[in-house]
Amino acid sequence: MIGGLFIYNHKGEVLISRVYRDDIGRNAVDAFRVNVIHARQQVRSPVTNIARTSFFHVKRSNIWLAAVTKQNVNAAMVFEFLYKMCDVMAAYFGKISEENIKNNFVLIYELLDEILDFGYPQNSETGALKTFITQQGIKSQTKEEQSQITSQVTGQIGWRREGIKYRRNELFLDVLESVNLLMSPQGQVLSAHVSGRVVMKSYLSGMPECKFGMNDKIVIEKQGKGTADETSKRCLRQESCGKQSIAIDDCTFHQCVRLSKFDSERSISFIPPDGEFELMRYRTTKDIILPFRVIPLVREVGRTKLEVKVVIKSNFKPSLLAQKIEVRIPTPLNTSGVQVICMKGKAKYKASENAIVWKIKRMAGMKESQISAEIELLPTNDKKKWARPPISMNFEVPFAPSGLKVRYLKVFEPKLNYSDHDVIKWVRYIGRSGIYETRC
Amino acid sequence: MTDSKYFTTTKKGEIFELKAELNSDKKEKKKEAVKKVIASMTVGKDVSALFPDVVNCMQTDNLELKKLVYLYLMNYAKSQPDMAIMAVNTFVKDCEDPNPLIRALAVRTMGCIRVDKITEYLCEPLRKCLKDEDPYVRKTAAVCVAKLHDINAQLVEDQGFLDTLKDLISDSNPMVVANAVAALSEIAESHPSSNLLDLNPQSINKLLTALNECTEWGQIFILDCLANYMPKDDREAQSICERVTPRLSHANSAVVLSAVKVLMKFMEMLSKDLDYYGTLLKKLAPPLVTLLSAEPELQYVALRNINLIVQKRPEILKHEMKVFFVKYNDPIYVKLEKLDIMIRLASQANIAQVLAELKEYATEVDVDFVRKAVRAIGRCAIKVEQSAERCVSTLLDLIQTKVNYVVQEAIVVIKDIFRKYPNKYESVIATLCENLDSLDEPEARAAMIWIVGEYAERIDNADELLESFLEGFHDESTQVQLQLLTAIVKLFLKKPTETQELVQQVLSLATQDSDNPDLRDRGYIYWRLLSTDPVAAKEVVLAEKPLISEETDLIEPTLLDELICYIGTLASVYHKPPSAFVEGGRGVVHKSLPPRTASSESAESPETAPTGAPPGEQPDVIPAQGDLLGDLLNLDLGPPVSGPPLATSSVQMGAVDLLGGGLDSLIGGTNFVAPPTAAVPANLGAPIGSGLSDLFDLTSGVGTLSGSYVAPKAVWLPAMKAKGLEISGTFTRQVGSISMDLQLTNKALQVMTDFAIQFNRNSFGLAPAAPLQVHAPLSPNQTVEISLPLSTVGSVMKMEPLNNLQVAVKNNIDVFYFSTLYPLHILFVEDGKMDRQMFLATWKDIPNENEAQFQIRDCPLNAEAASSKLQSSNIFTVAKRNVEGQDMLYQSLKLTNGIWVLAELRIQPGNPSCTAWPSRHCPSWVLLAVLVGGGLWRGFGGGNFRLPVFGCCMSPSLLVPVVQDLELSLKCRAPEVSQHVYQAYETILKN
Repeated sequence: MIGGLFIYNHKGEVLISRVYRDDIGRNAVDAFRVNVIHARQQVRSPVTNIARTSFFHVKRSNIWLAAVTKQNVNAAMVFEFLYKMCDVMAAYFGKISEENIKNNFVLIYELLDEILDFGYPQNSETGALKTFITQQGIKSQTKEEQSQITSQVTGQIGWRREGIKYRRNELFLDVLESVNLLMSPQGQVLSAHVSGRVVMKSYLSGMPECKFGMNDKIVIEKQGKGTADETSKRCLRQESCGKQSIAIDDCTFHQCVRLSKFDSERSISFIPPDGEFELMRYRTTKDIILPFRVIPLVREVGRTKLEVKVVIKSNFKPSLLAQKIEVRIPTPLNTSGVQVICMKGKAKYKASENAIVWKIKRMAGMKESQISAEIELLPTNDKKKWARPPISMNFEVPFAPSGLKVRYLKVFEPKLNYSDHDVIKWVRYIGRSGIYETRC
Repeated sequence: MTDSKYFTTTKKGEIFELKAELNSDKKEKKKEAVKKVIASMTVGKDVSALFPDVVNCMQTDNLELKKLVYLYLMNYAKSQPDMAIMAVNTFVKDCEDPNPLIRALAVRTMGCIRVDKITEYLCEPLRKCLKDEDPYVRKTAAVCVAKLHDINAQLVEDQGFLDTLKDLISDSNPMVVANAVAALSEIAESHPSSNLLDLNPQSINKLLTALNECTEWGQIFILDCLANYMPKDDREAQSICERVTPRLSHANSAVVLSAVKVLMKFMEMLSKDLDYYGTLLKKLAPPLVTLLSAEPELQYVALRNINLIVQKRPEILKHEMKVFFVKYNDPIYVKLEKLDIMIRLASQANIAQVLAELKEYATEVDVDFVRKAVRAIGRCAIKVEQSAERCVSTLLDLIQTKVNYVVQEAIVVIKDIFRKYPNKYESVIATLCENLDSLDEPEARAAMIWIVGEYAERIDNADELLESFLEGFHDESTQVQLQLLTAIVKLFLKKPTETQELVQQVLSLATQDSDNPDLRDRGYIYWRLLSTDPVAAKEVVLAEKPLISEETDLIEPTLLDELICYIGTLASVYHKPPSAFVEGGRGVVHKSLPPRTASSESAESPETAPTGAPPGEQPDVIPAQGDLLGDLLNLDLGPPVSGPPLATSSVQMGAVDLLGGGLDSLIGGTNFVAPPTAAVPANLGAPIGSGLSDLFDLTSGVGTLSGSYVAPKAVWLPAMKAKGLEISGTFTRQVGSISMDLQLTNKALQVMTDFAIQFNRNSFGLAPAAPLQVHAPLSPNQTVEISLPLSTVGSVMKMEPLNNLQVAVKNNIDVFYFSTLYPLHILFVEDGKMDRQMFLATWKDIPNENEAQFQIRDCPLNAEAASSKLQSSNIFTVAKRNVEGQDMLYQSLKLTNGIWVLAELRIQPGNPSCTAWPSRHCPSWVLLAVLVGGGLWRGFGGGNFRLPVFGCCMSPSLLVPVVQDLELSLKCRAPEVSQHVYQAYETILKN
């Protein structure tokens, strides 16, 4: 298991050092600094083995988090834990920076004592941790409160405490998708996928039992195949949304979702944590709506000049508006000057980033726009060809490129007297560009 | 709240001030002071002097302060064990606290204080806590048992904690179950034989139930534990798989990977005809792909594992090629891994896409990545035959870029393509030759040379090309030298008319001016071949090469199966079994996949790794007749024949008409130019030789007085590498005890103290028998000599080379590592004299394959001198014989680990200088037979020729008269030691 955990600043100074196992000595702290943080070359692997000691590290801005072990630990678990550690710290004191870590070092030690015991990760849900690691010292808790804390921390529903009350029961669902594309210069889709997340903010009283439904192809087909005594009503409903069902390649759920139920019935049921959490992640690769198409044209005119023309086409309903559009056209390292003409938005050559950045605030569906640029190059004797990095794009659209639709989210709370109809529900779809690249 | 101020105080009298503050009456001030202490501790300052003052702050109802004090205790208790006792009372009291959080805190902290005396007091509170009413306390206590076990395993067993822990597996609270499982798994790892976890269908059922309810981490513990279970039949395996599959949808990648591990393992037991088997295969792909959208570090772990999974079950991901396409801003480690998997998944169906991608990658910036991409194109060509042509043209395009490293990499892979598809793509050779000058890496040069040699008949100026390489022969790396030698011999065999000078030149460069035995031996073999039988030479050198296989980089199947059992863990990331990077006995339990039960396929037998060398056995049959020894001699020996007059013929060097009657006339060693060592006038050698031997006799007489030979001290660890500490040393053996004589020199400016030494596991279990004792601190420029006694009872691991010893030396500054080779003769034990009968029987009993022959050159000793010299190093002469003027010594020795080595040493007394081994004794066919036997036909023509150990027996003396050589034949049940025993012989006899 994890033998020790160290946090360093960018200079390699130790900010936090917590050793869990006897086989990890103080020299491990230095070994990591010398061999990884101060290494001359770029880090070639997130796992480093130095003298039979393995170091796992992640970096958050300037801060290095390193877990150390001498055993054959579960590597995936160590990384998951390090990310979780970052989440927990962020939930307690915001951004992970040297300043914040130094300011909260006592708290961090306290957290490390709680969420890692002898190197074994323990309950690390912020909701639960915040009930008893408060930095306020121990308040005279009643015995009931104490046992409530412990039963929550160890319990089956470790993510939610009992006795939550809201005057207004409300929930928000955000379907956040990032659409990824790699396209050849000829317009052939090399790879495209959507990775989506359903984020829920719940302000619900008691211990509500929720059921979430979406236009998952498997569920809808299953219902279609239902027995004869299924009502025709269901068939009607299926017709109304039948074609729009989507094939989900894979999905993963927050730990509150009952996985065995999903596996057997493909229904998503859970008792949500209070506040914001990520209900599920999913991935689709079929029938993706690509919101934009980029058509590049790069021509080399002699050895000192490049002509670039890029056309973008929006490919969605004309009534919808895409926002925050940004096209990034890479330029060679030996660029000396750039002239840009664009029909819409603003374009600028940014020498420090070796790219022309073209920004458009808004663009409706089924439109197209174009930019052309002349790039002057300094003559070089560098034999190496310019690698021509792909043209990348950023945008935000108000629909889900995967085609996912939320069909329902039902809430039942048997003990309290509010019903599904009393809950105010909000659904929002946002599609963003992930890595959206076209080679040129 | 700004705690960061605690980090900044660096005043001189800090400790003193802190002491005052810690003893202050004000609570606030006390807390501040403890925080300062912890901050100092974090940055590595020694604040252990404050121990009593900090412990005094322990009695408080402020939980935050209490936790800080506990943190301090955990760090320093070990250095102040007596003082730590002061804390015990508080712990015991806290374990009774009404607040479960405090009870748990106390038991958790107490387990982290590794002081024997404290652990005694821990037992009672721990027993109570294991049965506490509050689950939070129980789950903490469960882990505490593992902690205690780590400190004092016996105590845990005596106190019966293991049984209590086992009971916790049936606890009602899932988190308690998970922690109990984790603790038990860890304890079980250090007791591989004990059936601690006692997994049976009932307990498995309990675990599977808890799996649905516990935290993500708990699920990992349980899944990892389940993976160790062996279901009794395929039914049970299937039912477990069914209950584990839902975990594949978990958001935590580690849960997913651990579930994959269980499924991959149990799948082995399922019949492939089963519907469920297919369903399971289908279910595995999506979650594996999803792992690739995780953070880059996890992607890396996932990709390393997918690499294994793809090798084990390629069908799972065969349609998912696209997800492994490299993204522009992937970190380099992700890119390289993706590339690897792409090649593994490449097939006829997707090769077009893959090639287009690879070509794209070859224009990227990162050199390593580009190289790997180019190499990948070559691998595709070899793997998918239909694509070979496109691959070659892609490679040619890349060569046109003239980017140096791209060109070199391309040439290396094109060589492989030529080997895979002979006589198909040779038209590109012209293009390759254009780039000859830009090649500066050995591998690329070697590849190019191979190509030129292999296709010498099609390249008009092949001789010029090779000649240009020959100019800097000695500056080339071995790889290039070997390749050049072979290529020129090939060229000679193909175009004998123009190239005889060239071949002479390379042969003499390889045999005389090189001190690389591989190169020398190969040179002699070629020379010999050419001189005796050029037809045979042609057959050997230009033999048809076996086709290279498509998957040369696959992980060896048994290792792969083992690694599958370690999916998700470090072993799967390193692609090495845990024993390769985990110290001690932990985690080195060999795991293997379960055998298929219900299916008709042959069961994969669980592999057991051989450990170390097989022990030497005593022969069980003693032959009746005592004269067997004589028979043995007659069998082994040809009559001695004096050498042919080589010396005279060699003068003609250039004048020999090699081509008189075509190649055939080359037959016969006398006609061909012998290696120039032979040209040393025989009559000159004699007096020098005998004079020298007199001299040596004298010294050897002196040498026999002391114990076995001791090499002069060599520098093992230069000061530059060890922050000023220089270590030189040697090994000695005296009256049965081995010791390591060390000389430590402090070349730094500061005083060195606290020396300690440790050895890594090694082939013969060498370990320090006593701690390294340096009595006084070592001041700058001081040198100290220490003799460190060694024992051979340490743990054993086979090293490469066998006598490699890795040493760690620690002092107050740092830990330093170095490795050294110890001479094997320090391991020869005093009772290594074998009984004559026994010797005979053993010699017969050991198969001839285990016999290794060596030549000890230039050793002018007579039998008596040699025998006594060897005896002083515990090599005992069992019998001596004189057969037709040659002295034969039969000797035995025994290693510390009980392995016997038997030796036959042949010495020719008198006029040593003119005895040479005639060609008749070892005709070329013998040589060839050896080569064929060793399966080396292919090696000669191909690129990867490695000379095996017995290569040494074909050393120069086959051709050349030398001063005096001793012939040594060694027989041992562990043939790998022979080489080292030979080296020991050489060292002893020559010093």
